Amino acid sequence: MTALLVVAGGLMGAPARYLTDLVVQSRHSSRLPWGTLTVNVVGSFILGLVAGLASAHHAPVWVLTLVGTGFCGALTTFSTFSFETFRLLDERMWWTAALNVAGSVAVGLAAVSLGFWLGSLG
Amino acid sequence: MVPRNRRSGRLDHEVEADLHRLPLDSDVTAAPSAATLRELVADNADLLPVIAVGGALGSLARWGLSEAFPHGPDELAWGTVIANVAGSLLLGLLMAFVLDVWSERRYVRPFLGVGVLGGFTTFSTYELDARGLFATGRPGLALAYLGGSVLAALLAVLIGVVAGRAAIDRRRDRELTR
Repeated sequence: MTALLVVAGGLMGAPARYLTDLVVQSRHSSRLPWGTLTVNVVGSFILGLVAGLASAHHAPVWVLTLVGTGFCGALTTFSTFSFETFRLLDERMWWTAALNVAGSVAVGLAAVSLGFWLGSLG
Repeated sequence: MVPRNRRSGRLDHEVEADLHRLPLDSDVTAAPSAATLRELVADNADLLPVIAVGGALGSLARWGLSEAFPHGPDELAWGTVIANVAGSLLLGLLMAFVLDVWSERRYVRPFLGVGVLGGFTTFSTYELDARGLFATGRPGLALAYLGGSVLAALLAVLIGVVAGRAAIDRRRDRELTR
């Protein structure tokens, strides 16, 4: 049952990431990978919210599995984040690479914390 | 393709030169365009089911890893670390092949790169794990986890790309000497 929830979430999360990336990347010309940054921050917020709700027993555990592990896990990506950062370093765009790492990690952490706090309020 | 002489160090030089031909974004070939959302979706609609199935498989594997390495909120999430570092290595390897021998295949990168590896690795759980470490009074471990994951994943991409290039070159050398 749990595996099915993960599969269902993953089926939706990955195409949602691709479409978001496609749209965001087609609308700017900066070298910062805004598409990946967007899905990672939004996904972190949603995961924080669902985890906060589950921790305060406002939501059943299966919601955390479907939306958190499945959807948010597939919506967000670490491999693309590290590949894009690697490419920026490879192009010797040190500051853009550093900004991508620091920005993604810090804003993602703020998003997950805000979501968790809101979720645990109920 | 020119045969390479490894002892001269030319291979390393060419590996480095080849890296610059890798796309900046492993998922989307980024180009500012005036296309509407509907046009963008229509042009890529055939990729969506492929990405979805890949994402489901990758997510399932990630969930399996997290079940194999359970952790409390105050402990390091080894399952997430392994998924993110291994997924980054495999994406580096995949991109070397996608650039070269699989460049004509429309569904390889969406299925394996965007779908399977995108679904296998996760940024949201990584952040939630870090939040848990901070919340349970382990800020040092949280910072080590945040920084260590990024450094390990970057090194993994490099290893994947270089190993992929070397494998492709070796195969080509073999074909030329035959």
